[in-house]
Amino acid sequence: MTNSWTDIKNTDLVIVMGGNAAEAHPCGFKWVTEAKAHRAAKLIVVDPRFTRTAAVSDYYAPIRPGTDIAWLMGMIRWMIENDKVHWEYVRNFTNAAFIVKDEFGWQDGLFTGYDPATRDYDRSSWDYVIGEDGFAETDPTLENPRCVWQLLKAHVDVYTPEMVERITGTPADQFLHIAEMIGETSAPDKTMTSMYALGWTQHTKGSQNIRGMAMLQLILGNIGVMGGGMNALRGHSNIQGLTDMGLMSNLLTGYLSMPTEAETDYATYMSTREFKPLRPNQTSYWQNYSKFMVSFMKAMWGDAAQAENDWAYHYLPKLDVPNYDVLRMFELMNQGQVNLYFCQGFNPLMAFPNRAKLTSALSKLKLLVTIDPLETETARFWENHGEYNDVDPASIQTEVLQLPSTCFAEDEGSLTNSGRWLQWHWPGVSPPGDAKLDTWIMSQIFLRVRELYRQEGGSFPDPILNLSWEYEDENDPTPQELAMEINGRALSAVSDPNNPGATLLEAGQQVKNFTELKDDGSTMCGCWIYSGCWNVDGNNMARRDNSDPSGLGVYQNWTWSWPVNRRILYNRASCDLEGRPYDADRMLIEWDGERWVGNDVPDIGVTSRPEEVGPFIMNPEGTSRLFARGMMRDGPFPTHMEPFESPMANVFNAEMRGNPVARVFESDVADLGTSEEFPYVGTSYRLTEHFHFWTKHNKVNAALQPQFFVEISEELAAEKGITKGGWVRVWNKRASIRAVAVVTKRIKPLICDGKPVHVVGVPLHWGFTGVAKKGYGPNSLTVFIGDANIETPESKAFLVNIEPAEEPVA
Amino acid sequence: MNIDLSRRSFIKLAGAGVVASSLGSLGFGEAEAQELAHIKPFRLTTLTETRNTCPYCSVACGIIMYSEGDARNGQAELIHIEGDVDHPTNRGTLCPKGAALKDFVRSESRLTEPKIRRPGSDAFEPISWDEALDRIARALKDDRDENLVQFNEDGVPVNRLTTTGVLAASATTNETAWATFKVIKAMGIAGFDNQARV
Repeated sequence: MTNSWTDIKNTDLVIVMGGNAAEAHPCGFKWVTEAKAHRAAKLIVVDPRFTRTAAVSDYYAPIRPGTDIAWLMGMIRWMIENDKVHWEYVRNFTNAAFIVKDEFGWQDGLFTGYDPATRDYDRSSWDYVIGEDGFAETDPTLENPRCVWQLLKAHVDVYTPEMVERITGTPADQFLHIAEMIGETSAPDKTMTSMYALGWTQHTKGSQNIRGMAMLQLILGNIGVMGGGMNALRGHSNIQGLTDMGLMSNLLTGYLSMPTEAETDYATYMSTREFKPLRPNQTSYWQNYSKFMVSFMKAMWGDAAQAENDWAYHYLPKLDVPNYDVLRMFELMNQGQVNLYFCQGFNPLMAFPNRAKLTSALSKLKLLVTIDPLETETARFWENHGEYNDVDPASIQTEVLQLPSTCFAEDEGSLTNSGRWLQWHWPGVSPPGDAKLDTWIMSQIFLRVRELYRQEGGSFPDPILNLSWEYEDENDPTPQELAMEINGRALSAVSDPNNPGATLLEAGQQVKNFTELKDDGSTMCGCWIYSGCWNVDGNNMARRDNSDPSGLGVYQNWTWSWPVNRRILYNRASCDLEGRPYDADRMLIEWDGERWVGNDVPDIGVTSRPEEVGPFIMNPEGTSRLFARGMMRDGPFPTHMEPFESPMANVFNAEMRGNPVARVFESDVADLGTSEEFPYVGTSYRLTEHFHFWTKHNKVNAALQPQFFVEISEELAAEKGITKGGWVRVWNKRASIRAVAVVTKRIKPLICDGKPVHVVGVPLHWGFTGVAKKGYGPNSLTVFIGDANIETPESKAFLVNIEPAEEPVA
Repeated sequence: MNIDLSRRSFIKLAGAGVVASSLGSLGFGEAEAQELAHIKPFRLTTLTETRNTCPYCSVACGIIMYSEGDARNGQAELIHIEGDVDHPTNRGTLCPKGAALKDFVRSESRLTEPKIRRPGSDAFEPISWDEALDRIARALKDDRDENLVQFNEDGVPVNRLTTTGVLAASATTNETAWATFKVIKAMGIAGFDNQARV
């Protein structure tokens, strides 16, 4: 989230699209209720189902799963056509004025540079014209036909309300009604918040869905302001934190990135990361990359990381593919190329697509290790549970070690919520039986492997032997020790750059925040964006002052927010070019003539003059990007792409299936179905009584929504002879499952390209462990293809067929 | 007065004097002796209160856990969980999942001992922590020794292990995440993701 949960009360308009906050984030959604009650804010919901969020909305419109880009581009087109644009914001705070290379273009659903053989784009034309002064050329009048604004206008021109209706199924009159509601927030003192979740990410073009809304929000001037923003409602309590901490195959901590094998030394690695400003006076904060990187390497390897050995650069693994993401790992596993797999608090057998393939893959491992407080289907993938897990244990040769870990009630530390607040918690319960802390388990694995390397030697033991592990009890690092490492400290005395001769930090002293980090080896820091969480002031994540002097829901002294306790990202954009707030009643920060002051930590240098320095300090442009240059694999603008399994062809290019640059493994091609065989659109979702697969271990929640079902419209039920509460079979090439049919008015057929489209809703929760009734998850049916940029699987749009069926024999 | 309201934030906001006088005007002072005579002490007052946050979704509602015994010496038992009224986001409220959290912590399917399922077997059997961890360390080291790609075809050091993979969690602490990150990246394990990938 760019903003916080409590900030939602400041909004004028909420759009929930790609999510279902009332059911999936109920207590956060209360801030929507607050805004409706006290600011007369309105709520719009766009969803294939009439959800419980829709039930309390002011306006609801249906949409076909996987067509959000067409809808959003249509919305941008309407804003431009009807002059619903925050012009000062667009001219100054976006890259609308930047001139793009002449070669760039779009035709037949594809951008310039597509190569069908490699399923990839040559992105070299997707960039700015750079002038002789080394800066990007711009046209502040926005009239140059090659400026981003004019290219955007041309790009969205095809998405008329009629075209939106044809592709998405949202009736044009409903689309236009919503457009008028959204258009009002282009006024400088009005704003809208976007609340979305997996309904947008779980598509093969999920990143572009989100970009589409971000672009709309920028055109309306709704980013960086109170009550506005792009608010990703993360699914789990610390998915934000695990990502910030870089537990991803392509990441290091704090969004530093893993090196590739083309980056043969540290200098080469750095050469593409320290972005120089593309316009005069701009901050381009990534110019500090080396300070964060060297401090990170010192946190990992201490004295073994020195300037002479490139800060131990070669201790890091180098990637030969963009990502060893989960889909790739299961593909490799299924090919017999993975021997050992660890699942720490993760149940991939239910979470990833095409369960039959997952079972086959896990059966080829030598050893599977699960670390979890609860039973998981993954740990018992080899166990026969009739039709719910129809395997033959004797034929599965995988050894499984199931390790019991603690849960939140028994451990101490911080979790990062969706609003980027790091909140410390304390243990109040003893672990059951012999369950152990995850930190202890990881330490044991590390120390035992290190001991084997000490005794036996082996392949390149240096990164293991030299890993910094300086804890009072090396078997059991404390949360305090780990948090202090994450924050960072001086390793030797650091002199004060602003006060020659004076010492800024003594050796061993915690750094105040990342502005004190150095790239000469004198500081260490585990995760630069978290620097400040546990500094000289102590554990800021444990702060519990809930006062809110402004009354605007800022809560500056409640726990700690990254970065540097800033509550709303890009908050400089809430003020005009003189530094005056666009809305004085919702003042975040303002320029007092010499510095930025206000209710939040300024997202800009405190003495950076408002007329000179742009608000998007991480970008070398100083602006946000309506045109993403070559930074996304599937286009600098979002363009409509169908799901890989879709009821209709792409209207721009009938030959194009799905996202033209998404990675498709050859072994999955035969499992893809067509709408001739499988005419109905499946989609997955979660119920408010359930939390993923965890609450099937909880009698209360299991009883509240006891039975696996699928949800279909009355029209489809009538067409197929399916009765309310009757049994159905739902199937495609990947699986055949049985469920009770919930026949509902909440799903209605859509008309797309002149033909009716029926949606089959498949909720998730059930499996074959725990106290709940046994059932299936939607992942038995879903497609094994991920988003082209980040490889999140397309679980929200797939094809199925459905028919009445016999009740299973108990 | 034996009515313990000291933790409640509204006292801070309203001022203790105001609350005391309004309780007095309701007649609490006179009723106190009679109340004491027949009301059992409220069980929650004998329990330890611990601040925590809900482990489910990313709203991260504040909760208070009530336990009996001392968690530091391994004997605390969870009795009750409720929303934390001081928390700015949830202000004491919980959803249908959070309200039933106690039964998650005390679920029958909580794991209590390490187990092993041997190849071809149809059951788990207990194994000691020491033996389980030694088996893991041995398997990891052997796989790394055998399959670590130290150099690519061009002779560039790449220190990459793709025959072992790791999935990290979604609800462990940032501190656990850091310890896990250090160990896994140091091993050279390339196939390392967390739930954000889904």
